[in-house]
Amino acid sequence: MLRSIGKRLLELLLFFLLLSFVSFCLLKIVPGDPVRSILRVDDVAVTSEQIEAMRTQLGLDKPLFVQYGLWLKQLVQFNLGDSYLTSRPVFSEFTEKLPYTLLLTAGSLVVMLLISIPLGILSALYRNRWIDQFSRIFSLIGSSVPSFWLGLVLIQFFAVRLQLLPPMGEGSWRHLILPSLTLGLAMSAIYVRLVRSSLIESAGQDFVTSAKARGIHPARVFLFHTFRHSLIPLITIFSESIGSLLGGTVVVEVLFAYPGLGKWIVDAIAARDYPIIQGYTLFMSVFIVSINILVEMSYRWINPEIALKGKIES
Amino acid sequence: MRSIIAAGQPSGRHLFKKQAVWPAGLVLLVLVIVMISPALAPQDPYRLIVSDRLQPPGAGHFLGTDHLGRDLFSRMIAGIRATIGTSLLILTFSMLIGVTIGLLSGYLGGLYDRVFKRIIDAFMTLPDYIFAIVLSGLLGPGLINLLFAVIAVKWVGYARLVRSVVLQEKEKDYVALAILGGVTPLRIVMKHMLPHTLGNVFVLAALDLGKIILMIASLSYIGLGPQPPAAEWGSMLNEGRVYFNTAPHLMLAPGLAIMITVLLANLLGDKLRDQFDVKTRKEA
Repeated sequence: MLRSIGKRLLELLLFFLLLSFVSFCLLKIVPGDPVRSILRVDDVAVTSEQIEAMRTQLGLDKPLFVQYGLWLKQLVQFNLGDSYLTSRPVFSEFTEKLPYTLLLTAGSLVVMLLISIPLGILSALYRNRWIDQFSRIFSLIGSSVPSFWLGLVLIQFFAVRLQLLPPMGEGSWRHLILPSLTLGLAMSAIYVRLVRSSLIESAGQDFVTSAKARGIHPARVFLFHTFRHSLIPLITIFSESIGSLLGGTVVVEVLFAYPGLGKWIVDAIAARDYPIIQGYTLFMSVFIVSINILVEMSYRWINPEIALKGKIES
Repeated sequence: MRSIIAAGQPSGRHLFKKQAVWPAGLVLLVLVIVMISPALAPQDPYRLIVSDRLQPPGAGHFLGTDHLGRDLFSRMIAGIRATIGTSLLILTFSMLIGVTIGLLSGYLGGLYDRVFKRIIDAFMTLPDYIFAIVLSGLLGPGLINLLFAVIAVKWVGYARLVRSVVLQEKEKDYVALAILGGVTPLRIVMKHMLPHTLGNVFVLAALDLGKIILMIASLSYIGLGPQPPAAEWGSMLNEGRVYFNTAPHLMLAPGLAIMITVLLANLLGDKLRDQFDVKTRKEA
């Protein structure tokens, strides 16, 4: 097992090297001059001497490979350079915004679990009854609504009409409710059906029948045999959708003026703040790949069969 | 031997005869609507009548007017082309690129496959939404750049799917026999491999259509899509949100239009999946 993890890590290292190079080059070939956009912030007429001076200061006058080497050297020291706009280190800005996004993600996961697990179990237990039909319609509509639109409707209803919750910004746990609800509702629309179908499939397995035959209490069979077995596909799909969850936070953060990573990157894109864009892309990829590895390892723990056979065919 | 070689084909033939009739018809219908939609608009979607701004839905303007006094209904219709047309275009290109790479990678194997697999894996690791946002942001706002950004993240799903189907399928006896019988590789790929993948590809495409529509609407909403005065449903929502209190119809019409379109695409995807995927059909 250690060997396979080691091999995976080595592959990862290569992958990140490639990714860093691609993201570095990408930013070099896209339109828009960072020097001009930095100087434009001050909103005064820009002379060509100023542009040249700034270019030297940022090291943009050196050859591309030298720039990449310098950038990589700083990268391994967790130094991604300074933001063009705020002149603060990208890494410290990142660590400042990260908790907000993690909170929002956690909030929406709670909403998702609170809705999709009970509703999914109920619709698996009462197949084709009214609760199942309800969850079917819920999931169809939920996966068709644009999340930002749902968010706007929620703001209109809970914040403007009823004045129960703050419409935007951050500050207290009450600011988290509407964004979490927006993201969580959209997610649970997908997971309700997954929980249901995964449970139904697990309930048909031989070991469930045999557990029942051994006279184990039905509730126990359900919890420790059926439900446990149904978790595996759910975790796989969840790990695959982490990317779109984080993508979803971008839109929702912009909508709710919530100061997390999503709003950070959209503001950075608008200002062509390259160090931030590079840093964000790299951090996010590292984050998501790490989660995927954790998930892969969790399979071995949930399902002993895989630890024996080795990796599942991906 | 001929009969064994033919065994590789039935599902392909079947596909084009029966199951694909109504989805294909539907796609055709949507295409026709997208094509003729500009002619359906009762008024010029870009004509400004500032004195008529923020009119509620009524006699003169079926869905009311927006903040610049443009007829909302006409803009909605113009948006059909921008939103659905763009999504279909993205879908087509993603399928073409993905299926081609998947077929090549799976059938050629060896070095090609290893290279392609690395590329596919690399793209799968990147979170699609974030990659699309960053890419379209870097390329700059606009419809064409949006198109590129979404294609860049969407093709890889098809490549991976097609590759895995081809890898499974090419181990079968009929392929070996076809090779023995002197059938050219190109013909094997086009006649045997491709039809086997199409069922899965269409299911994925139908389910993807909704996601693509939502994606371009989201990107437009955060300001990376078509720029004003273009009438695209996502950017119309972006323009209308300021007036949500005084003129909620500006948000309702595009929002509902997106929702209904995605809903229909998802229903179509579910239907196709039930038809092609035997496992799901038995379970349901």
